[in-house]
Amino acid sequence: MIHYDKVTKIYNGGQHAVENITLNVDSGEFVSFVGHSGAGKSTLLKMLFAEVKPTEGAVYFSSRNVGTLSDRDLLQLRRKIGTIFQDFRLLPTKTIYENIAFALEVAGKDDEDIKADVPHVLELVGILDKMWSFPAELSGGEQQRVAIARAIVNQPDVLIADEPTGNLDPINTHDVVEILKKINDLGTTVLLATHNKSIVDFVGRRVVTMDRGRIIRDDKMGKYVL
Amino acid sequence: MSFWLNIKRVARYGLIGFIRNGFVSLSAVLIMTITLLVVSGLMISGAALNATLQQLTNKVDVNVYFITSASDAQITDMQKMLEALPEVASVSYLSREEALAQFRERHKNDQLTIQALDELSDNPLGASLEVRAKETSQYESIAKFLEAQQAQSTDVGGAIDKVNFYQNKTAIDRLTNIIDASKRLGAIIAVVLALATILISLNTVRLAIYTSRNEIGVMNIVGASRWYVRGPFMVAGVLYGVISGAIVLILLYPISLYISPALERFLGTFNAFSYYADNFPFLFLVVIGSGIALGALSSYIAVRRYLQN
Repeated sequence: MIHYDKVTKIYNGGQHAVENITLNVDSGEFVSFVGHSGAGKSTLLKMLFAEVKPTEGAVYFSSRNVGTLSDRDLLQLRRKIGTIFQDFRLLPTKTIYENIAFALEVAGKDDEDIKADVPHVLELVGILDKMWSFPAELSGGEQQRVAIARAIVNQPDVLIADEPTGNLDPINTHDVVEILKKINDLGTTVLLATHNKSIVDFVGRRVVTMDRGRIIRDDKMGKYVL
Repeated sequence: MSFWLNIKRVARYGLIGFIRNGFVSLSAVLIMTITLLVVSGLMISGAALNATLQQLTNKVDVNVYFITSASDAQITDMQKMLEALPEVASVSYLSREEALAQFRERHKNDQLTIQALDELSDNPLGASLEVRAKETSQYESIAKFLEAQQAQSTDVGGAIDKVNFYQNKTAIDRLTNIIDASKRLGAIIAVVLALATILISLNTVRLAIYTSRNEIGVMNIVGASRWYVRGPFMVAGVLYGVISGAIVLILLYPISLYISPALERFLGTFNAFSYYADNFPFLFLVVIGSGIALGALSSYIAVRRYLQN
């Protein structure tokens, strides 16, 4: 489903963020990308939804080259990919309800569907009672649950989680990873970038280890080894 | 997705954003109010300048005095010839009798002159034509035309006694220069002031949107189309413009009422309040229109910076 073909990314400073990477991810997989900061994990994931474009090589999603998509097709693609970040990236002037509703509106849902879907997905991540709060009124763990709810509400094919637990305490970290596993069990492909050893070992699925822009290990049932 | 549903959502988010970012909206409205006040102030002072210059221009004329023996036909011919000139705005005729009556009126307290006048058997004054040009700079060519008629001693030209242009030439030249200079200076000041305030407005809206740059990035990643991201900001920008435009139109009422007497004393004919009252629809269109345009355009430009693919 996802194919990186000899992908290299050189940022303006001239440093190689990612170097000649070829990688396949099948539908329904849960892949953890591990490595030190600056190993190229985030760059690799951002290339999937064209927030970063490769300097060389190509990234394919469902056999389509992401780099050559038209603006319109790119928007369609992004609606099929849910994203979660370390800094949550919620819309601060919108309520939790509106944050989730926004993703549904963008995907073209009508108001009736939105009214039904938002409480449902908030219940799934366990923060239904915060529906009318603003992001700033929530704890980090709660904000990340909102971000997850927003990422999955459109039932995406792929969920990208870029250091989703970086700002969370151990209990919230565990909860977030549980939610990710649950989402994966329901059939969504999950790509997780992290340098948290315990969650990688806890997930116990495929682990891709990166170092200085290159893949140095790819284990089917991996552990965090660095 | 239906077009109208999108429009509705964009408008709602624009309004919500405007209210929730209250402090930012307030400062944008204040700055834009100042901008629009400057714009309308420029319009009003432009009108005042024009009215004053027009009034001065109207005071200038060239008089053609005829000899006492000139016939009505000669004078009428001359009037027709003058009216046919493209530079001439109007020609008015003053008969011998009217000239005499005016002379008597002017000198009614001067017994000696009246007595001398009464001694004469005939009216010593000739008829005259009062010629007004469209522009003060055109008097010279009219005077030249009259001079040529006089020099050629044509039937009509021979009846001319004198043309008073050259007596007034220095005054007319100076006035022409002053009018040209004030128009040019007025235009330069207007352009500079308008540009400066527009740039300040633009920057304020940009700062307002700068606080939302991360939000714009998130909307991009969620897959919102450019117009869906940009729309609410433009709606908020239009709201800034409409609200500050309304404030300016309301403020202009007491301001023009207050400055009117002083301005009228200073400039003569121009009345700021009646200008405001008579031209309200025009002022409304310009102030609200430029508010909307400025708000929407500033938002458009500001958001464009943070929109990516």
